[in-house]
Amino acid sequence: MERFVDTFFNGAVLIRYAPAILEGAAVTVLLSVLIVLSGVLLGGVLACLRAYRIRALSFIIVIYADVWRALPPLVLILLGFFGLPNVGMVLSSFMVLYLVLTLVLAAFAEEIIWAGITATPRGQWEAARSTGLSFTAALGHVVLPQAVRMVIPPLTNRAIAITKMTALGMVIGVPDILGQATTAQSFSANASPLTLAAITYVILFLPLVIASRWLEARFTPPGV
Amino acid sequence: MVDQFFNVGIMIKAWPLVIKGLGMTLLICVVVIPLGAIGSLLAALGALSPNRALRWASLAFIDLFRALPPLVLLIFIYAGLPFAGMSLTPFVAVIIGFFLNNTAYFAEIFRAGLLSVPKGQREAARSTGLTPAQTLIWVTLPQATRNVLPDLLSNVVEVVKLTSLASVVSLGEMLHAAGLVRSITYNASPLVLAAGLYLALLWPLIRLISRFERRLAH
Amino acid sequence: MNAPSSLTVPSLRIAGLDKSFGTDPVLTGIDLSVARSEMVFVLGPSGSGKSTMLRCCNRLEEPDSGSVFVEGDPVTGPGVDLNRMRQRIGMVFQSFNLYPHLTALGNVTLALRRVQKMPRAQADDVGLEALALVGLTDRARHYPAQLSGGQQQRVAIARALALKPAVMLFDEPTSALDPELVGDVLAVMRDMKARGMTMLVVSHEMGFARDAADRVVFMDGGRIVEQGLPEQIFGNPQQERTRAFLARVQG
Repeated sequence: MERFVDTFFNGAVLIRYAPAILEGAAVTVLLSVLIVLSGVLLGGVLACLRAYRIRALSFIIVIYADVWRALPPLVLILLGFFGLPNVGMVLSSFMVLYLVLTLVLAAFAEEIIWAGITATPRGQWEAARSTGLSFTAALGHVVLPQAVRMVIPPLTNRAIAITKMTALGMVIGVPDILGQATTAQSFSANASPLTLAAITYVILFLPLVIASRWLEARFTPPGV
Repeated sequence: MVDQFFNVGIMIKAWPLVIKGLGMTLLICVVVIPLGAIGSLLAALGALSPNRALRWASLAFIDLFRALPPLVLLIFIYAGLPFAGMSLTPFVAVIIGFFLNNTAYFAEIFRAGLLSVPKGQREAARSTGLTPAQTLIWVTLPQATRNVLPDLLSNVVEVVKLTSLASVVSLGEMLHAAGLVRSITYNASPLVLAAGLYLALLWPLIRLISRFERRLAH
Repeated sequence: MNAPSSLTVPSLRIAGLDKSFGTDPVLTGIDLSVARSEMVFVLGPSGSGKSTMLRCCNRLEEPDSGSVFVEGDPVTGPGVDLNRMRQRIGMVFQSFNLYPHLTALGNVTLALRRVQKMPRAQADDVGLEALALVGLTDRARHYPAQLSGGQQQRVAIARALALKPAVMLFDEPTSALDPELVGDVLAVMRDMKARGMTMLVVSHEMGFARDAADRVVFMDGGRIVEQGLPEQIFGNPQQERTRAFLARVQG
């Protein structure tokens, strides 16, 4: 037991590296917020573009969404970090992580919001158009608000899953929570920084996970 | 550009190693997915149990492992436990980590599926003399599974993608193999090759899920 | 040797049944017997406890106190093999509750195969026989979603009939149906009565109660207020509450 405490909850180590992990938490939170905002926005724009049913454009959007949903984010991160410099594009590890996860979230968000748009009853379009709204106005003022409301639970779940992937930044040296913790762990030869990292992630994400379950219960119509 | 990302010569050289890595990728999936399915079913039943202690314990398990990023879990198991004198091989660490992560995710899906079956179904089954276990197996579970089939398949896709994290603890799966060749050749083509194989593996599944989702929507 | 006892022992007997939800009493001191081959109709305003009484008979709702017997055998109390007893009590629900993932025949044979462990071929024979009784042999391979509401309810009746129950409970079997589909279900029930089935029916089909029931029970506020022959209850109710209720529903 003593050895366990010493290994995973070593007070001296915890105190020494807590500031670094707190800095890491700030990076994780910043990245997460940026990724969710830009990813959902981009996904929403793509889903709306698809609603115009322009064949070539829809095709490109579907291919994009499929590929970015099928590829493991870590593969994309490594390609961006190690591949792009070979063709003269040097991006910081923070930037690579931000771009890759934004594009991954956008791909999922596009699919989810598009599902919401197609699930909105036809009568809603017809009612809006019959009162003289243009296609774009009907989409923006009538269909999209309902679609987004309908897909809030899956969108929230996906956004949480993808912001958790900021931990992958550790592989390319982003100083996020996990990055700071693994560095600290190798310096201190002690597992306590990892414990602290795990606790920090739980503190950050557990409320979101619980909130997403609440959203699911609230926004999912019964019997579906 | 073509030379840096689509260098056929390097891809051919990388091929045997990457294919061997693909074998490991599939092996992880074949072990983790059935284990996760069984574990998650138990966790989901626990989360819906009338027994308060069991319900809270199950929900705590599910939420804890849904909140922890899988890489954090994996590194904790692989790099943390040895300090406590418990050395695990990368393979065992990966299986344990992914099992816990995967069980939590599958459990949340099964829980939603079981909740989606109307109460009358259970009552009808019980009124004809089926036991609670028989009711679950023959009436509730088949409907629950069908209601959440797209989510279950999506999660299978996520598990396959998740295996790439095993490269971080030096388990020789596909991304690890590709990364190794990249670091020797300083060329991104092996990574593109691995990406192509992931795509070949998962694209059909993703199309299938989209089709199921459309069908359930109508 | 069995004949006298089965003639004297009621198919269903409810004795001293009490049930409350939280602090609200739903049923108070219910005593009711249904004789073999008798069709008893239960009327009453919504919230009078009719459905709860029915659901206490096979313990989908657990009674607080009192007992239920089927052909003299206890359904309540310690040591009862509830699942075996439930096979002797058929139940038909307002919302059908057919299993959507099984065909009509699959619905009817599930309990035969999984509880009675009947081999498939034999279960199918029994199931088809039950479907024939409700006139749906030709729909055996259809899924519930491919059937009309009336057909679904008849499959649900066949599902209960296949177990050859001693008594059938009907919980508002026609309330969820479009008016033009009600007749088919009532015709099946009339036919079952002609074959000697014992039935306890909660329903608002007054016309049907008047000409098919052997006895009518009026419930209000969780108690049995009055019971008697249909012509007696409809023609000359003794209690003020019964009169008020009948005046309301019959306009």
